[in-house]
Amino acid sequence: MFKSKLFLSTLFGAAMAMMATQASAETLRLLTWGGYAPEKVVEMFKAETGISVEVTNSNNEEMISKLRATGGAGFDLAQPSQDRISGAQAEYDIYKPINLSKIDASLMIASMLEGTKANTMYNGKVYGVPHVWGTSALTVNTTKAPDIKDYIDLCNPKYAGKVSYRMKRPTLIAFAFSMGMDPFAAYNDKAAYQKILDKVEAKLISCKSNVKAYWSGGDALINLIRSGEIIAAMAWDGSGWKVNAEMPAVKTIAPTSGALGWIDTFALPKKTKAEDAAYKWINFVMRPKIAAMITEAAGNFTAARNGDAAVEESKRMRFQETFPAAAIDNIKWYPPVPAGLEDMEGKVMDRVKAAK
Amino acid sequence: MNIQTASRLSLLLLLAPLGLWLVVLIVLPHVDMFLISLHEKTAPRVFEYGTANYTEFFTEPLYWRTFTRTAVMSIMATTLTLLIGFPVSYYIAKMLRGRLKSFLFLLCLVPFWVSELVRTFGWMILLRESGVISNVLQWVGIAQGPVEMLYNDATIMIGLVYTSMLFMVVPLVSTLDSLDDSLVEAGYDLGGNAFTVLRRIIIPHAMPGIVSGCIVVFMLTLGNYLTPVLLGGKNSLWFTEMIYTQFITRFNWELGAAFGFLLLVLSSLIVWSGLKLSRQTLTETMG
Repeated sequence: MFKSKLFLSTLFGAAMAMMATQASAETLRLLTWGGYAPEKVVEMFKAETGISVEVTNSNNEEMISKLRATGGAGFDLAQPSQDRISGAQAEYDIYKPINLSKIDASLMIASMLEGTKANTMYNGKVYGVPHVWGTSALTVNTTKAPDIKDYIDLCNPKYAGKVSYRMKRPTLIAFAFSMGMDPFAAYNDKAAYQKILDKVEAKLISCKSNVKAYWSGGDALINLIRSGEIIAAMAWDGSGWKVNAEMPAVKTIAPTSGALGWIDTFALPKKTKAEDAAYKWINFVMRPKIAAMITEAAGNFTAARNGDAAVEESKRMRFQETFPAAAIDNIKWYPPVPAGLEDMEGKVMDRVKAAK
Repeated sequence: MNIQTASRLSLLLLLAPLGLWLVVLIVLPHVDMFLISLHEKTAPRVFEYGTANYTEFFTEPLYWRTFTRTAVMSIMATTLTLLIGFPVSYYIAKMLRGRLKSFLFLLCLVPFWVSELVRTFGWMILLRESGVISNVLQWVGIAQGPVEMLYNDATIMIGLVYTSMLFMVVPLVSTLDSLDDSLVEAGYDLGGNAFTVLRRIIIPHAMPGIVSGCIVVFMLTLGNYLTPVLLGGKNSLWFTEMIYTQFITRFNWELGAAFGFLLLVLSSLIVWSGLKLSRQTLTETMG
């Protein structure tokens, strides 16, 4: 009798222990951008909640592809840009609506939260809340290329072989604006949009000889600038600010046709397995102090209320230098991309890539 | 259960892992890919069956030109690898003996101890505008300003030949090793010069090695992604890169899958015609 009781209690104890390890081994698989989940923040989150975070760095296209491949499984929280959510949801059904009652809205800048909610709406449900925002602008070595003020100036033959940009959709949009067109206004008119794309395609093909290389990752770009191999690029504002810290001549400039504003969000993959942990992470990183740490690592500001208070003074100075009040008003924020446009853009980029 | 069924059963069991491997990891994904390649998108989340993705390849010059370019460059890379690899293999297999032989053979292997990515970055450090070679040229005084050696076809070729050298040298060394030296001596005794001995004795003997080396190198080069993309930059234009973009950045899996299949079929055709031309059979070469 005594023996079997002992046996039972050991069994019970073992089961409890196993459950405990399982609970403490709870993980949040985060699909994000470089710098958005610094190690320090991950450690603090683990200390507070016991949840460990598995970080996978990625970009917009890869996020959609990865989630599409698994039907929205494999990750618990993703961070696509706000304009890439409703279209992807319409095409591939990879996200799950956000339960807004689980988000502490008081931590976020209200206008940004409302804007993101409206832009990530699909069939009346909200699929994203804002996290980090920034722009695509120009990064220029101002002593070597003082007259680059707008995206098309990158095609100035004077700077042949000394400039870089990405072969991605923001470049198409930027060149369209820079050439005096408004691609966003044509988003819902495919024929008009195709016309704009045709002009941009011709420009990008003629500009190709100017390009040193199409950059693909933030680090690769920073290396190209640092080594002096390129002197101007269309780039994320944060990259330029990072280089500016060591090379004062390199600056982030708001192009005259307007910087392109993006907001990276939090979105729940359809088959997320740690929804509660995801909400905990969102509410955790939006605290002003944590948000400031993320700004330090990512180089961009967050949608957290007072999130810039604890940010180093020099960072705010750089921001203000790039964006005086008028330049902020001139930022073109991406509206949601309607389904189907990316196919048209893909063709254009294939042809530009193949042109000699 | 008699002995015959028992042995048949054990044979089946022994083959099971291989069969599972082939079916689950190779056949099934290909069937799935093939089905995807027959999809046509009509509206978001709506697909129809059709061959539009295949016609797209043949009607859009951009795509088949890229494929032709990739195939031609791969054939050139294979030829170059053979031209450079043959003397090296002959030297290792026939001129050297003992420790030096294994040492040189090992030297061919050493670069493969680091990953392809690292090796390619190594080339980038050497060849880039602010890189080692450019700086040396300026220091010596041959070049006035920085020289950019990356992002052109010649660089891609260097990278491809470098990455595939081992796969040519290994089969060549093993076939040349089996060539009896007395045959070469007999060739000279019968009045042949170096060229006839090479043409009539050494090359015919080494043919299976040459062909298998060429097949492996050609397929590896054609399917290479990293080297052309990193060393070719904006001008790389490689077919596998196109497949990658269709899948990852264009979300066009249907077209990407069709490209994948076309790559499989067209490259098999090229290898098959290569075998016909050299009058070799696959069983002879691989056996």
